[in-house]
Amino acid sequence: MTSTLADGAAVVTGIGIAAPTGLGTSAYWAATLAGESGIRPITRFDATRYPVRVGGEVDGFVAEQHVPSRLLPQTDHSTRLSLAAGAEALAASGLTAQDAPEFGIGIATASSMGGFEFGQRELGHLWALGAQHVSAYQSFAWFYAVNTGQLSIRHGLRGPGTTVVSDQAGGLDALGAARRQIRKGTAAVLAGGVDSALCPLGLAGQLSTGELAASDDPRGAYLPFDRAAAGHVPGEGGAFLILEDPAFAQARGATVHGEIAGYASTFDLFPDGPDADGLLRAARQALADAGLAPFDIDVVFGDASGRPDADRAEAAVLVALFGPNGVPVTAPKSATGRLCAGAGALDVATALLSLRDGVIPPTVHVREVDPGHQIDLVVGEPRRPTGRLRTALVLARGHGGFNAALVVRGPATTAAAPPTSPANPGPSRP
Amino acid sequence: MATRELTIADLTRLLRSAAGEEEGVDLDGDILDTDFATLGYDSLALLETASRLGVEYGVTLTDDDMEAITTPRALLDRVNSTLTRS
Amino acid sequence: MTIRRAVITGLGAVAPGGIGVDAYWKQLTDGQSATGPITLFDPSPYRSRIAAEVDFDPVAAGLGPREIRRMDRATQFAVVAAREALGDSGLESGAAPAERTAVALGTAVGCTTRMEQEYVILSDSGRDWLVDSSYAVRELYSQFVPSSMAVELARLAGAAGPVSVVSDGCTSGLDAVGHAVDLIQEGSADVVVSGGTDAPIAPITLACFDAIKATSPRNDDAEHASRPFDRTRNGLVLGEGAAVLVVEELEHATRRGAHIYAEVSGFATRCNAYHMTGLRADGIEMAEAIRVALEQSALAPDDVDYVNAHGSSTRQNDRHETAAFKRSLGEHARRVAISSIKSMIGHSLGAIGALELVACALAMEHGTIPPTANLREPDPECDLDYVPLVAREQPVDTVLSVGSGFGGFQSAVVLARPDRRFP
Repeated sequence: MTSTLADGAAVVTGIGIAAPTGLGTSAYWAATLAGESGIRPITRFDATRYPVRVGGEVDGFVAEQHVPSRLLPQTDHSTRLSLAAGAEALAASGLTAQDAPEFGIGIATASSMGGFEFGQRELGHLWALGAQHVSAYQSFAWFYAVNTGQLSIRHGLRGPGTTVVSDQAGGLDALGAARRQIRKGTAAVLAGGVDSALCPLGLAGQLSTGELAASDDPRGAYLPFDRAAAGHVPGEGGAFLILEDPAFAQARGATVHGEIAGYASTFDLFPDGPDADGLLRAARQALADAGLAPFDIDVVFGDASGRPDADRAEAAVLVALFGPNGVPVTAPKSATGRLCAGAGALDVATALLSLRDGVIPPTVHVREVDPGHQIDLVVGEPRRPTGRLRTALVLARGHGGFNAALVVRGPATTAAAPPTSPANPGPSRP
Repeated sequence: MATRELTIADLTRLLRSAAGEEEGVDLDGDILDTDFATLGYDSLALLETASRLGVEYGVTLTDDDMEAITTPRALLDRVNSTLTRS
Repeated sequence: MTIRRAVITGLGAVAPGGIGVDAYWKQLTDGQSATGPITLFDPSPYRSRIAAEVDFDPVAAGLGPREIRRMDRATQFAVVAAREALGDSGLESGAAPAERTAVALGTAVGCTTRMEQEYVILSDSGRDWLVDSSYAVRELYSQFVPSSMAVELARLAGAAGPVSVVSDGCTSGLDAVGHAVDLIQEGSADVVVSGGTDAPIAPITLACFDAIKATSPRNDDAEHASRPFDRTRNGLVLGEGAAVLVVEELEHATRRGAHIYAEVSGFATRCNAYHMTGLRADGIEMAEAIRVALEQSALAPDDVDYVNAHGSSTRQNDRHETAAFKRSLGEHARRVAISSIKSMIGHSLGAIGALELVACALAMEHGTIPPTANLREPDPECDLDYVPLVAREQPVDTVLSVGSGFGGFQSAVVLARPDRRFP
């Protein structure tokens, strides 16, 4: 299977979502447009003794409805959510292993902490009860590659498989890895990330970064770009997408939701320093990769750290690219918490839904955008731009200095005529 | 250590909790002489089951046991012969 | 448009039996086993109590007190190996533009040793599900996310291009180098610090490997316990270590007059979509990965001079792999020299693929094939030339290295001379 497109485009033909604001794409999208919040007091364990007691849990997830009985004893919560979102994405695209050449469907997932709740439980079995109490499934259920393996097995995906770990940049990096596989000749790739570390040990780890907001108020804890921004809340969930070679998707008559038009990844050696330019470089490289100029971008899905200095740094990147208040910016993750490896994939899924329906979902809870940021943050209500809404830039940053940027184009213009951007003269001009 | 007997009901409970239940398989039916493979249990599932048997009944199954035992009846016989002796 | 090619210009190794590439290579070519009783902690509760440990003193290895405090053992291994590799390549920090320098580090279990140690403290030895976060060290998060390992290498190398961890179980080391090749070929970087690291010899690893009986219980003969392709093999022997390979764009390396060990001419990985820990007997997915990696290299099976096998010393793997070699290499599978260095340094999970690639590059460099130690009674079902016991002097121009991992990953890397003639 070889792509016929020299520029190596990858189209999206299926979306699957497991998020605190909704399980399943339609429930998630309806709640996101309605500005509903998935941030609530943590219920998975008694969080009252911790300085952070609110988070984004996927509500109403009944594992037995999504995961075969045989897999229940051997899967962490994050793997169960992955199996649900992966199955939804495949079903939505209508793709099965039988539709592709023998090794034609690959898989790329992002992880940050692996199957962490499972891991904590088995560590407890070992240390409190003894070695013979440790589950045989601990040999893989907690490790970082588990979702790649389980999804591959569940759906018979025998193409290239990989797992990328780059903290919260990982969701975009997994989509970038999937597009790379398609460029190298794989027909389709199940790609994305779903993360969950909402167990006591996972929360302790996240607390140690000092980046969580110490607040009990589900509506006031995570306020990205707000004057009152003071950190973020943890969340769980994410999304899986089906990326396909455009010719393959067309030949099987798949519905195309849009295109991964550009992608780049960079690193900041001193992420909190004044010279950190990684996010700006990633955005510029992703735009160049897509053959677009900033002018062509109609909406930005921000990384939205919620830490004042990191928000300021991201706002400066947006101003450098688009000018003050130069493009609508939104952060639907304000309603889910930061999902680590799940965030990038969910933001890309949300961007595609946004482009499909011509509406930008709001950033919730934010009341007073810091005017110093000079960004046009979509707050309170969804916004329906009167002009075009066909191209989105998605940004992500991971703890330690990771950056990634990804450009999606909506379905109307996918595989369309030369771009209008002055930065890209297109093939017809000299 | 335990002096009780391992019944087929105990074993199906252990199997369900250690390895779940394959779709289309009725563990409550007559499964005594059905191969574990036919019941949907691979070697990993049996290792986890054996590990829980060890914890609950104090019976250690050797590598040779694990290779030789292919049905619930064989497993019950092996475990109960140890329990009776102890 | 010219095709950008990826070559290896620097090597570093921290391995059982030898820290540094020279000591490591001597160990391998002497056919010396580095496996023994576990000394890192008391292994008496476990079925398998043996491993290939690195005799590692972080201070002697050049790490400072802050680094030692901040980093898990596996991260320390990686940093030491990376320092050696960067020095070997002549690309110490700042020698190449930061934006064009990348990191692709493989690990299967990340900072598992330190993670477990911190857990024991926070949970009061496992008694508390609601761990006491007030006892947490500042760097706790870094012990939970393996991405912190890539951060350390990026800072060491001054890398501001794409940086990530590749975590594909026991193929992580190969896949990370494969990812490095992708970054070079697509133009995202000119220099990639790649490789693999793991330090899995910890109680939790022993407990779960015991539970699936993956590890050898030959506790009374630890030195000879890892015996790939031998009829009497009975499981893998856990290892630890790190290897770093500096992968560089060919023109970039040539321009600065760098020593080139080999071109990474092909890489492919496939999932078996079969079982998290089991392997199908036919080896079809590994065979496909080998076929594609050779095709990318514009090489035929007959061109392969040496196959570095996964050879984990489990009953299932060694037969699976033998089937895959026969399927992909045809008659040449019976002629080519094949060996498994896991016989000497054990199976270090996400590190081993990179350690094996270092051995492959050195085999090309020195014209010596490291042996499969402890192979005294060949398994009739593993009927190929596994270079038993003694290293073999032989020109090596093309190497195939394969790996197989939990999750179903099957990977193949081909190393070749960059100046070879193309058909």
